[in-house]
Amino acid sequence: MRQRAVLPPPWQFFQKASAGAKLARRSVFFAVAVGLGSAALSGIGLGYGPLALADPPPAPAPERGRELIRLVRQDCGSCHGMTLRGGLGPALLPENLSAQSPPALKYTILFGRPGTAMPPWQPFMTEAEADWIVTQLLRGFPEEAK
Amino acid sequence: MSGRKPFRVWIWFFFVCPLLAWGAEPILRGTGDLGVIVERGAGRVLIVNTSSNSIVQRVDGLGDLSHASVVFSRDQRYAYVFGRDGGLSKVDLLRGTLDTRIVQGGNSIGGAISQNGKLVAVANYEPGGLKVFSADTLEPVADIPAAYGDGKRSKVVGIADLPGDRFIYSLFDADQLWIADVRDPKAPKVEKFSGIGRAPYDGLVTPDGRHYLAGLFGEDGIALLDTWQPRPAVQRILAHYGQGEQKRPVYKMPHLRGWAVAGRQVYLPAVGRREVLVADTTNWKETARIAVRGQPVFVVARPDSRQVWVNFAFPDNGFVQVIDTLTGQIIQTLEPGKAVLHLEFTPRGEAVWISARDDNKVVIYDTASFTKLAELPAESPSGIFFTARAHRIGF
Repeated sequence: MRQRAVLPPPWQFFQKASAGAKLARRSVFFAVAVGLGSAALSGIGLGYGPLALADPPPAPAPERGRELIRLVRQDCGSCHGMTLRGGLGPALLPENLSAQSPPALKYTILFGRPGTAMPPWQPFMTEAEADWIVTQLLRGFPEEAK
Repeated sequence: MSGRKPFRVWIWFFFVCPLLAWGAEPILRGTGDLGVIVERGAGRVLIVNTSSNSIVQRVDGLGDLSHASVVFSRDQRYAYVFGRDGGLSKVDLLRGTLDTRIVQGGNSIGGAISQNGKLVAVANYEPGGLKVFSADTLEPVADIPAAYGDGKRSKVVGIADLPGDRFIYSLFDADQLWIADVRDPKAPKVEKFSGIGRAPYDGLVTPDGRHYLAGLFGEDGIALLDTWQPRPAVQRILAHYGQGEQKRPVYKMPHLRGWAVAGRQVYLPAVGRREVLVADTTNWKETARIAVRGQPVFVVARPDSRQVWVNFAFPDNGFVQVIDTLTGQIIQTLEPGKAVLHLEFTPRGEAVWISARDDNKVVIYDTASFTKLAELPAESPSGIFFTARAHRIGF
């Protein structure tokens, strides 16, 4: 059994203001923490770039990795395009994403974007897996193996 | 040497000559039982035969088909394939070749063919707007940017043909509905309706060409336009079908087309709900809502209207359910394969073809007995389109 992200189910995030607010505070806390982390890293000369994650996310097991690549290419692809060049949803190529911080991207994946068509994917992946997907997106997402 | 000569003559007379004759004389056939299946990852379509349940030919080189749709020439010989990358490809079903291909935009997913069969229109996301081409040559004939606000351009969705060589479509970002009259392509006339509802995601024209329905993503309800009225106005139907409840997250947008109409009723996917909504097309009042397995994507009436077949968004996309239109009950739940993306009935509906993307196959069912008739291999198949669409308004 894979460990799910330890956060409330996404619908609560949008439904109940209190839970949403609590979560928002938590995500802000998390974002700030990671932001500080990367700022600290850049301070000691590692340089800040979209790939300079504080902690490189562990790669999933090969089989799960293939599943996640397929999920992104096929299911995210139904709105963002299989080539991730965009569709009803925006393009997800490195040049489109580099302006956003990796934690913000991860939270968009896990919890969606209220008021838009972006749904939360938290029921289908762990936080670490979302981290890994963000890293791959920023590098140029891998193709599915044929 | 002399011993081999009779053998060569034998070869010529019995093998080579018949082959040459066969090559010179084309095999005559119609195209009414043909269709195409999109192999979304491979940039390829399969030409298929619905009489023999077989693959006739593969046609490559169609670009990015990750979301593709198809319309047919009225002689049912050519398939116009609209690709995600803005490609418009004209495929010759008889020769099994790519006749013409252009890249006309940056990002598109759908199109339509005019009533007279002479114009093909493409709905573009990027740059947002409508482009119209000669069906014969794919030469551009008109360009209608979907401009709104301060120089913004909207993604165009839900395009369909209307009688009078008009195209009707919705502007996803602008909450508008436009009708483009291209009878004079040099001076297209555009009629615009604004404030139709938030974020129209797709639309359909009823089989009589009279009503246009735009599904709304941003709010509950459907925008309805009666194009027969001298001064048409957009009304809202099935408003508040969510009854104020929070909708579920939507992992795939539903699709709308004229197949939603079965007899007097229209069957529509509820956005963010595991329901099919039913309304009476004479007064557009809700008559029923049918609980189904997942969030519906395609809700398609069998051509005789006796059944309505439904597939679902991720993560329920392994199922297909069948609604009996007489009783409003679900009479069958099938599991054709992993990631069912689309289904298409044979022209009179005795069989249905269903694509199972992640099982790399298309499954054919008998629609009376629900027995499996055949399975065809296909690489990540998505849309299935049969040439009978050529003669249906709104397809």
